[in-house]
Parts: sequence; structure tokens; C-alpha cells
Amino acid sequence: MSMYNEKVIAAFMNPKNVGAMENPDGVGEVGNATCGDVMKIYLRVKDERIEDIRFETFGCAAAIATSSMATEMVKGRTIEEALKLTNRDVANALGGLPPEKIHCSLLAEEGIRAAVEDYRRRSQGLPSLPPRHEAVCHHDLAGSEEPRGD
Amino acid sequence: MPLRMVYMDHSATTFVDQAVLEKMLPFFSEKYGNPNSVHAWGREVRSSVEEARMNVARLVNAEPREILFTGGGSEADNLAIKGVAENLGEKGRHLVTTAIEHHAVLDTFKWLGKHGYDVTILPVDGDGLVDLDEFRNALRPDTILASVMYANNEVGTIQPIHEMGSICREKGVLFHTDAVQAAGHIPIDLKELPVDLLTMAAHKMYGPKGVGALYVRKGVRIAPLVHGGGQEFGLRSGTENTAGLVGFGAAAELAMKRIASGEIEEERRLRDLLIDGLLLRIEDSSLTGHRTLRLPFHASFCIRYIEGEAMLLRLDFAGIGASSGSACTSGSLEPSYVLLAMGLDHATAHGSLRLTLGKDTSEEDIAYILETLPPIVQTLRAMSPFKKNS
Ligand SMILES: Cc1ncc(COP(=O)(O)O)c(C=O)c1O
Ligand SMILES: [Zn+2]
Repeated sequence: MSMYNEKVIAAFMNPKNVGAMENPDGVGEVGNATCGDVMKIYLRVKDERIEDIRFETFGCAAAIATSSMATEMVKGRTIEEALKLTNRDVANALGGLPPEKIHCSLLAEEGIRAAVEDYRRRSQGLPSLPPRHEAVCHHDLAGSEEPRGD
Repeated sequence: MPLRMVYMDHSATTFVDQAVLEKMLPFFSEKYGNPNSVHAWGREVRSSVEEARMNVARLVNAEPREILFTGGGSEADNLAIKGVAENLGEKGRHLVTTAIEHHAVLDTFKWLGKHGYDVTILPVDGDGLVDLDEFRNALRPDTILASVMYANNEVGTIQPIHEMGSICREKGVLFHTDAVQAAGHIPIDLKELPVDLLTMAAHKMYGPKGVGALYVRKGVRIAPLVHGGGQEFGLRSGTENTAGLVGFGAAAELAMKRIASGEIEEERRLRDLLIDGLLLRIEDSSLTGHRTLRLPFHASFCIRYIEGEAMLLRLDFAGIGASSGSACTSGSLEPSYVLLAMGLDHATAHGSLRLTLGKDTSEEDIAYILETLPPIVQTLRAMSPFKKNS
């Protein structure tokens, strides 16, 4: 199993902004159950500012920890600021992630973007986009395999 | 600190029994002789090594001459498979195995597949069982070896080894079984079982790591992997890991007693408490592997809507050591190939959880797990986008 630092563990054990949101202004769902991580982000936006944000994540500790950290980092920020957030920023804020877990952390960045896109479509009266389950599996970014336990 | 520390990963490895350790220790100090030396120092160690061989042979009702020691289960698997392929390569180039073998077997066959051999990998059903008709039909006139694991490490399913061995006999095909998970835990009688080669490892039966054995039935010839001084009947050269071999012998002796005394039945009872209790307490969970044709210490599940690594980490914080075949535990992005071969979909396979009992596991330990796991599952499910009715 991966070795996580204390910040990651803390975010995983006590994640912030967990759960669905009633009547969100935008929803983004990214990832792929085949790959093992799926993230759903809900936004409440007021005057182009993220007033509230929630997540639901199916995934490993890294996926849950980055969901928590990423949502904390964009909460209260403008949409424009939120779109600048990268998975590297999130990983840094968590004090680093094991290399084989970088692919799990990409979802947070993508999830926020997908939710913002959905919000934009809704504000233009367009229908919501379906979940992006085809989203890249990031297999190429995965670390090398660790030795197996037995 | 957690309330309790409960190690539930005995399929990965067991602790070394205190009595085993005590038998090993002198071979690191005063009994340092080389068992191949003719003097007193050597002779004393030789007799201990041969006693160990006898104990390992007894565990599976074989002759001592049929047991050769290796540096672990993986090496014994490699030796059996490559040793037969090399020796009988003139006679035929076809090999048969299954999709759920340990990598020590599967990757060895895949390697042979790249080196001029033709390998058939048989599928398994939803319980992890190989179909006997499919097995029979896979054996061709040019088949030289079939290898099917005795019991699976991830899902605990025990294969119909006797029947498969008989089919191989009928067809004149050598039969190897990887019994790393089974040996020392269920009775194995090689006088009665039609198996030609069988792999064991000491560290799955309260012995040391890095020590294994290959049973090679009298009259069956294989080529060595390691050439040199001709130790282990010329099949595994190198000065013996004397402390390790003695430890394996001691562990085999204890395992035989455990099997004879019915201690295994108690383990099975606790396993069933765990299986029934967990399935009752956690909705949308299922057992993986066969319900009854399964290792007495093995419980494995899929817990829907959540991912295995997250579960393992939270269990770890609660003092419970478990394992999972989820992608995120291996860093490979693919969940367990064993679960996929059994027909599970990816999302379900990511939620796999394996709890394997040991001889010190108590009813209180099981109660602690049954109390600790449901709230963990509940918390993770509350975070998951895949809930029921959503
Ligand atoms: C079924 C099976 N075969 C082979 C092995 C490899 O044994 P070792 O780790 O001793 O090389 C293991 C476990 O490690 C196993 O569970
Ligand atoms: Zn992950």
C-alpha cells in the first residue's frame, strides 16, 4: 500500500465538504469506475464566486484526500480563480503524494472544471452534460507496479 | 492507539511460531557447519536438515527423497514449471494453466509462451473453480504439463485437484499444483493424490520467509534452475539455508499436529462467524470464492460502492491488518486479475477485502472486526457517488 504523509491521512480521515448538494448550480462527474476512482463535484455559485462546494468520491485515500483539499482550496474563490487550480497545487497543499497516486489526484482538478462547465451551460440555458466517465484513465501517468503482497 | 491489534493477513504471511524460532536459532550460532562437510560440524547440521526434510515430507505424506528445498514458493513454482518444460521440450511444447494462478506460476508460463511454448490459460467460473471438462479438453497429445493451484490466495477456493490429477494421469501429462496456501492448513496425502509436483512455502504455515519446497514424485525428472555444487539432489545447488530449512521442518511438524488435533475446525468455525457476520451486517456485500470449497482460514468479500484501499487504511487505523485486490492498492490501476477472471466487474472488484485468520485469531478478534468494519463502510459509502437509489 502507498505511504501517505500525515496531511494526506488527516484529509482522508476527516474530509471536508463531503456529500451531495440540493439544487446545485453546477455538477461535474469525472473518472472511471474501471480505473478505481470516480469523483462528483457540486457547486453553488453566486456572482461568479463559489459559495459552496461538495464532493462525492469513490476511490482510494489519495482520491478522497485530494477531493477534500481541492474543494477547500476553491471554496469562496471566484470561478476564474478556481479554474486555475491544478492537481499539482492540490498535491503540494497536501505536502506531496506518492508518485503512483498522482493519477488519483487529477480527478479533483478535472471535477471542478467539469462542474464549472456545467454551471456555465446551465446559466446559458443549455442542458447538463452527461458524466464524463470516458474521462482519461491516466494509465500512462501511473507509477510502476509495487511488489505484490502474496 | 487502536483498541486492539488484529492481524488478518495470514495469506500474505504468518508470524514465525516461537517453537519454530527456537529450533532455528542455534543454526545461526553454534551449529554453523556446512551440511555438505564430512566433519562433525557438518554432519550434525546434515542430520538436522534431513530431519527437516522428513518432517516436510510427512506433512504431505511423501518420501523425504521426494522433497527438495528452495528459496521460497516462487522459486519452487519456477523450478517445477521451467524444469519440466526444459526436460520435456522435445516431447511436446504445450502447457496448460489457469487464469487465477499466483504470478509465480502465471508469469512463468507467460515467459515460456515467449520462448517457444504454447500456453493455454483456462478460465474459471464465478466461484473461482476450473471446469473439469474444459480441463480435460485442454489436454492435447503434445501437452507436457498442467499446473493448477491447490487453493487460491485471493479468494480461498480449493480446486478439485484429485480429479484433475487423475485426468492428467489418464492423458500422460505431468501435473503440478501450487499448494502454497493449502499446505499446512488442510490434509494433503501425496500417496493418494495423483500429483507429480507440488509447491509449498514455510512462511504461510508459521515458518520463516524465503524457504520453500518442491515435491517431485519419484521417477519424475526435471531440469534445475540453479547449477553448481549439486545440493538438493542436483536440482538446487547452493549451500543450504540451514536455519531456514530447520524452521520449515519444525513448522511442518506443528502444522501436522494442528491438522490432526482438529484445531483447523475451530479456525473454520471462526471463519464462518466472520463470513456470516459480515454479510449480515453489511448490505450489498458478497463473498468472493466458493462458500464451502474454501481454505479454513480464508474470508474474502466485495463491498460495493467503495474502494478497497480506503477501507484498508481505515481498518489499519483501527488496528486491523487486511488486504485488498483493488487497483489502488497495487498501484497498477487494474483491480485483481483473479476477481476479473471470476467475472466480477471492475467497480465491484475495486471494493474487495480479504481477511485471513491465523492460529492466534480469537472469537473476540472476530467480534472486534464485526464491530469496527460496518461504521467504516458506512462512512466511506456516505462519501461515495455510487449509492443505492442514486
Ligand atoms: C499461491 C501462492 N503461490 C506462490 C506464492 C509465492 O511464495 P513466496 O512468496 O514464498 O515466493 C504465494 C505467496 O507469496 C502464494 O500465495
Ligand atoms: Zn486511487
